Amino acid sequence: MTDSTHETGGAGPSHRSVELAVAALMALFGMIVMYGSLQAGIGWGAEGPKAGFFPFYLGLIIVGGSVVNLINGFNGDRLVRFADWSQLRQVLSVVVPTAIYVILVPRLGIYVSSLLLIAVFMKWLGQYGWGKTVAVACAVPFLTYLMFEKWFLVPLPKGPVEDLLGL
Amino acid sequence: MQDIGYLFSGFATVLEPFNIMVMVVGIMLGVLIGVLPGLGGANGVAILLPLTFSMSPTSAIIMLSCIYWGALFGGAITSILFNIPGEPWSVATTFDGHPMAQQGKAGEALTAAFTSSFVGALFAVIMITLVAPLVAQFALQFGPAERFSVYFLAFASFIGMSKEPPSKTLVAMMIGFALATVGLDQVTGQLRLTFGTEELLNGFDFLIAVIGLFGIGEILLTMEEGLAFRGRSAKINLKVVLQTWMELPRYWVTSLRSCVIGCWMGITPAGATPASFMSYGIAKRVSKNGMNFGKGEIEGVVAPETAAHAAGTSALLPMLALGVPGSPTAAVLLGGLLIWGLQPGPLLFVEQKEFVWGLIASMYLGNIVGLLIVLTCVPVLAAILRIPFSIIAPVILVFCAIGAYTVNNNTFDVSMMLVFGVVGYLMKKCNYPLAPLVLAIVLGDMAEESFRQSLLASQGGLGIFFSNGLVSTIMGLGFVALFWTAIANAWTRLRAARAPLAH
Repeated sequence: MTDSTHETGGAGPSHRSVELAVAALMALFGMIVMYGSLQAGIGWGAEGPKAGFFPFYLGLIIVGGSVVNLINGFNGDRLVRFADWSQLRQVLSVVVPTAIYVILVPRLGIYVSSLLLIAVFMKWLGQYGWGKTVAVACAVPFLTYLMFEKWFLVPLPKGPVEDLLGL
Repeated sequence: MQDIGYLFSGFATVLEPFNIMVMVVGIMLGVLIGVLPGLGGANGVAILLPLTFSMSPTSAIIMLSCIYWGALFGGAITSILFNIPGEPWSVATTFDGHPMAQQGKAGEALTAAFTSSFVGALFAVIMITLVAPLVAQFALQFGPAERFSVYFLAFASFIGMSKEPPSKTLVAMMIGFALATVGLDQVTGQLRLTFGTEELLNGFDFLIAVIGLFGIGEILLTMEEGLAFRGRSAKINLKVVLQTWMELPRYWVTSLRSCVIGCWMGITPAGATPASFMSYGIAKRVSKNGMNFGKGEIEGVVAPETAAHAAGTSALLPMLALGVPGSPTAAVLLGGLLIWGLQPGPLLFVEQKEFVWGLIASMYLGNIVGLLIVLTCVPVLAAILRIPFSIIAPVILVFCAIGAYTVNNNTFDVSMMLVFGVVGYLMKKCNYPLAPLVLAIVLGDMAEESFRQSLLASQGGLGIFFSNGLVSTIMGLGFVALFWTAIANAWTRLRAARAPLAH
């Protein structure tokens, strides 16, 4: 992929701090794995190694490797930027609607949620007119419905709207 | 040559009308996936996997592998016309492909790319036909210790050959293994690492991880880069195709070399991306036109495309013969085997002859059909790329969500997909490789099982991994692969130290 470092342009978090945070989170993950393995037992049981035996050492290696990454990250360049704030705002403009979408799917069903997601994207980020937005936002879930439920016979989650329509 | 007979009955299976239809649909979807940003071979196959649940395993694998071939072909289109690699393995194709398009030779560049892809794939398929049954035959005598040593070799080569720092590859891989252990322990039937949550009982499905890490993560990266397509138009007509075909045999040495590099890198899980770069680099150094590389040299398109496609195809060899996939996409196909109720590994060649040889036969035909489809459909595909990202992105998100839901008919998985997406974005930005993580989730259970069975047999002694010639050799190769960077560095230093003495 393209070069991920940015040295010019607007302000933003440094690559070094993100790198350190990611490595620290991974070390934490490793510790959780080790803790969980200890709960399951890491010794030698009646059927050979106990359930926690294998994951315990995985957790140990994760923590060890992350410590190396932390040390390497600590010596990293402080001036290299991870991304500009404006770029991160772009990323969040995908993450936030998708997070809401993920919450809506179990409640409204996948078709209505998808319609809303596409409409929000086109209206908010793409600044399309209502006509085009409504056309695309309705067409995609409808075609999805045909393809999955009718042709390939794979049921997808439905909500109150589908119940009303009797689908 | 008993196998040739099986191959022909495989062709008979593939030529059934339904299977031909499935093949064409698969290639079309695959090319589309390869062209669209945010959808790659691995997550594309993962999303479309549920479509195959109602098919017979043979039709299903034909469809999914054809999606894969299509994605391999499709990556070249965006690289050449738009200078945006649709797939990481087509980055090297942009170096000379896009300059050719700027000079108005887009048709030649595309024809060269597609034809080279085809040649690379064909070479790899022939190799699979000849070698895979032998490897499978050999692997039939493997016990748990040997099986573990093969996994060890595969994962050690990731660490040794990756261009990322070894500690990052190692951590990414171990996180994958750790995620695979969550849930019910298969040996003791005990729950572990669930911390009392009901959702984690069944563990993490690697398909969710693939869709999240590659699909959502890629969309986030694309959003950050603020993607805008400014492409060249392409005209392909029969005359251009034939002219280019007349010219291509001149580069047979480059082709052959790229095929070999590709096959090697594909079988060892280095993958298509390094294969394409390596092949391009060597071609640039060796070719007498090397000076012109980067300015629109057709040989600079031939080399990476041949190698990428050869690597992508030969990644299926270890998947079929040993049950160890050579790439994330091969891993998804292996996951498909498990869902269809087939046990991957050497026994596949004995117990599921129709399936295996149907797949191999479909590789031959799929690539021919693929070549024809991409050569005729370029204008349509280029038009798809002009659809703005603010429409494409939500549609891809919706398809990722559907793909994640259908794996287990579970909406919790859709939330997990988003979590994996954000994690994938951060990991990619911090240079953690994602492929070993995914492969580790897929192979985690099997690797752990063989490891524990071995230890059980030896009553806990690690000596069992060096107990006979075969297993010691594979483990030894694994250690060489693991420390490959260090060995190569030491060798260069040794030669540098000797050089002044020679003067």
